Order: sequence, then structure tokens, then C-alpha cells
Amino acid sequence: MPRQRSLFDIIGPVMIGPSSSHTAGAARLGALARAIVGGTPTRARVTLHGSFASTGKGHGTDRAIAAGLLGLRPDDERLPEAITLAEAAGVDIAFVSGDLGDAHPNTARFELTDAQGRVHVVQGSSLGGGDVAVTLIDDFPVEVTGELPLLVVVHHDQPGVVAAVTARLAADVINIASMQVSRERRGARALMLIETDERVPDEIIAGISAIDGVAEVRSVPAV
Amino acid sequence: MSYTSFADLLAAARRHGSLSRAAIDLECEETGADAAGVLARLSEALSVMEEAVERGLREELRSRSGLVGGFGRALAGARPRLTDDAFVGALARALAGAEVNACMGRVVAAPTGGASGVLPAVLITAAERLGAPRESVVAALATAGAVGGVIAARATLSGAAGGCQAETGAAAAMAAAAAVELAGGTPEQSGHAAAFALQGLLGLACDPVGGLVEVPCVARNATAVAVSLAAVEMALGGLEFPIPLDEVIDAMGQVGRSLPPSLRETALGGLAATPTARSLASRLESGYRPERDEGE
Repeated sequence: MPRQRSLFDIIGPVMIGPSSSHTAGAARLGALARAIVGGTPTRARVTLHGSFASTGKGHGTDRAIAAGLLGLRPDDERLPEAITLAEAAGVDIAFVSGDLGDAHPNTARFELTDAQGRVHVVQGSSLGGGDVAVTLIDDFPVEVTGELPLLVVVHHDQPGVVAAVTARLAADVINIASMQVSRERRGARALMLIETDERVPDEIIAGISAIDGVAEVRSVPAV
Repeated sequence: MSYTSFADLLAAARRHGSLSRAAIDLECEETGADAAGVLARLSEALSVMEEAVERGLREELRSRSGLVGGFGRALAGARPRLTDDAFVGALARALAGAEVNACMGRVVAAPTGGASGVLPAVLITAAERLGAPRESVVAALATAGAVGGVIAARATLSGAAGGCQAETGAAAAMAAAAAVELAGGTPEQSGHAAAFALQGLLGLACDPVGGLVEVPCVARNATAVAVSLAAVEMALGGLEFPIPLDEVIDAMGQVGRSLPPSLRETALGGLAATPTARSLASRLESGYRPERDEGE
């Protein structure tokens, strides 16, 4: 999905150096992964692939990812100390180098344990200039850029769920910018990703959570 | 749709009165923001740039590898021999900004982190020299952004895709166009300045020692500023580059695609492949950190 080019893609982002792709983009990927799993994980195993693995250390990619996982913004001056901050916060983060196949050269794969002890997989790439794309959530191929607020709706593949969710958004005049729907297999677990122009208020998220067939709703802010 | 050619941007500048107004108007149209909001964000960006440069000139910085730090501060204290305070001051600011970036400080990627010293150095120096009000400098950032947008659309701003010409070369072109506007030059002169700057850095390899945004990146921010200032003087002096900016940008993109991967940020060629760079890189890998110069 091509995104609109803005002056602030060129004069920006404001970031902690040294690299918009290896530092700022890495921090945004960490922040997106954190929000997708519903908050700061208790444990993170991060596989760095390609240039992230070979030159990441010198660019602070590990510290930037840790900062993102803690919810720090890419221009937060605490970013260089994020590994220490994570330890202090009791978040167990470890990095390994690995080959993720023909993934983009700046790719990270996150195995994140949430507060309930569930393990989630999120994979994403830093595309340059601070732009990122999450390409995998658990077993579902996706494309999430973090440019817009996102709803992650885990549901059961049954007729009417998608219509009920979009109807709930339409009732509150929330405009959908993009939507992706996929399922493990017919009648099994499914994933709905909805990018909206504005953040979806909590009461609407509660309303969507109550829809028959919806297992879980997570609200991911723009990062 | 963004401006994908400088020719279109120039036509819009003729309608709006300046490149910066054309750029701000388009930003409002595309994002739904109002002009005051766009200017406020640009002003914030300028503040971050100013803070980064001041920090680099003031603090004793050293990157984690130990390879860079202190050049900006040292040059700011040096007496110009052949040029003047403004020129050497601009070089010092470029080094300072790039060093803050290399040392994991807060900067504005403009267009990238690695080239983030160029635009602040040229604009702050030009504003000081010309006595330009802050709002003119803020507006000039929009001109720089619009020129960068055309480069992004027609070629690339990524060292991995197009070499250093796409980063410091683009930054020098953006800065030259903006400085010409700040100095009261015409939009056409801004275009010539950007073309002069970009042609002067055409083909520049991206060859970071040890894969770090340090050597030669920090020094290259300063030399790019020199090229940018040369381009500004030539354009304001009435010189016209015979190849239109759009075609110079296309040439940059084509040269970038022709560069072998070893010269596109992989640290496998150019300065990164010199014996000294290889020895530094292998020592850094094993945890070696150069000692500080005792004389400082």
C-alpha cells in the first residue's frame, strides 16, 4: 500500500541517531510489536536478520528495539539506555542473529510473551527513512505500517463477524482506511486488521469485544 | 499527489510566489493540516536541529566505537586560513550535527540520520550571515523538504539503494535550494543551486568503515556543506547549470543503480575496504575502543 508522502518524511523523523532505518525504524518496529501483543511483554526473543544482524549492533538496533518494546518513542533520549531500562523493569530481552529466508535485509522477528503468559510472533522490516512494515502476526501474513491507528481483532471464522465489526465502527462514524481479513482455515481462528483515520474510543472497542465470535480486540496506536 | 518533478514545483512556486509557499500549500492539501500547523512542526524540527548543532559544538562527544567525536568542537575553535568564519563555522556545525547523530543523540533525519548535519549547518549559517528572521528559516525548511521529496520520487534518498550521493548529495541539494530562497534568490535560482550541488556529489559511494555511521559519514557532512555553499554562490552569482534539476536527479538515480553493491552501505568497498578500515573494523568487533587523545 503506497503511503502519502509528506514534507515530514523528508524533514524528519525527529530521532535518536545514528540511522533512520537501523535505529528509528527499529524503535518503531519494537513499539508496533509491543502494541500488537497488547503491551510491554514480560519476555522477548528477537531474531535479527540481514543487515540488522550484521551492522545492527553499531547502529544501536538492539537498544532501539528494546526501547520500542518498552513503549519509548524513537526520539526519546533514554533510547541508548533501553537495555538497562528493560532489565530494571524486569523485561527479559535477548537478541540472536538468524536467517529469516528471503525477508527484507532489515528484518526482526519477535517472540513476545504477554502478561498472561501467551507467546506471540510478530515479524517486521525497516524499509528506510524510519518507515516500517509488520509482515507477520502469529501465523497470519499482514501488512501494517504503524502510520494509522489499528484494531487487531482475533475472531472465529464464522459468517457475520466482519459485518458486525464494521457496522459497529460505522455506527460511530469511524472511517476505515484499510482492512485485512485472514484465517487459519475455514471455521478456525481468524484475524481482522482495521486501520482507521482516528483512534477508536474504548467504549467502541468494548462493544466490538462483545460481538459473538470475537475472541479479542487490541488497539494499536500509530507509532 | 506529491510533486514528482521540480518543473511542477517551479510552476506552483510561480503561482504561490515562492517554493516554500508552494510546498506548504501542497502539504496542507495532501494531509488536511493547516499552514499554521505545518509551520509549527517545521519550527519544532528547526529547534531540534539547532539543539543538536549546539550540543555537538558544546559537549565533548565520543561515539561508542570511539572513532568519531570532537571534530565540530575543534574546528569551531580553529582560525580560518583561506576562507572566512562563516564558511568554517558552517563546516563545524555540519560536523557537530553529524557527531551528535553518530553518538546516538537527538537529530532530525533530513533526509537521513547519516546526512543530518548538512541542512542545519547551511541554514543556521545562512540565517546568521543574512540576519534572516526565524520564520523565513522555518519556511526555507519547506523548500528543502520539497526538493527532497522530488529526489525521493525520482531517485532515492537511501545510501543502501543509491550510495552517499543519495544522502549527503540530496542533503546538499536541499540545503542549497533553501539557502538561495533565504538569500532572496528566485525559485529558478534555487533549482540551479540544487543542480550544482547534486552534480558536484554525483557518484559518491557509501562506504562506511565497520558499517558504522561514523567514518567517513561525519566528515562527509562537512564536505557536502562546502559543495552546497559553492552551489549557492554560483546560483546567486547568476550561473545556470545547463542540465535541468529533474534530469540531474534522474542521473543520480541511474548512477546509484549502477553502483556495485560494495559501494552501497555494505561496508565491502571504498574506504571501508582499505587496510586501515579493515583493521579498525576487526579490532572494533573484538571490543577495542580507541583511546581519547590525551592532548585534548
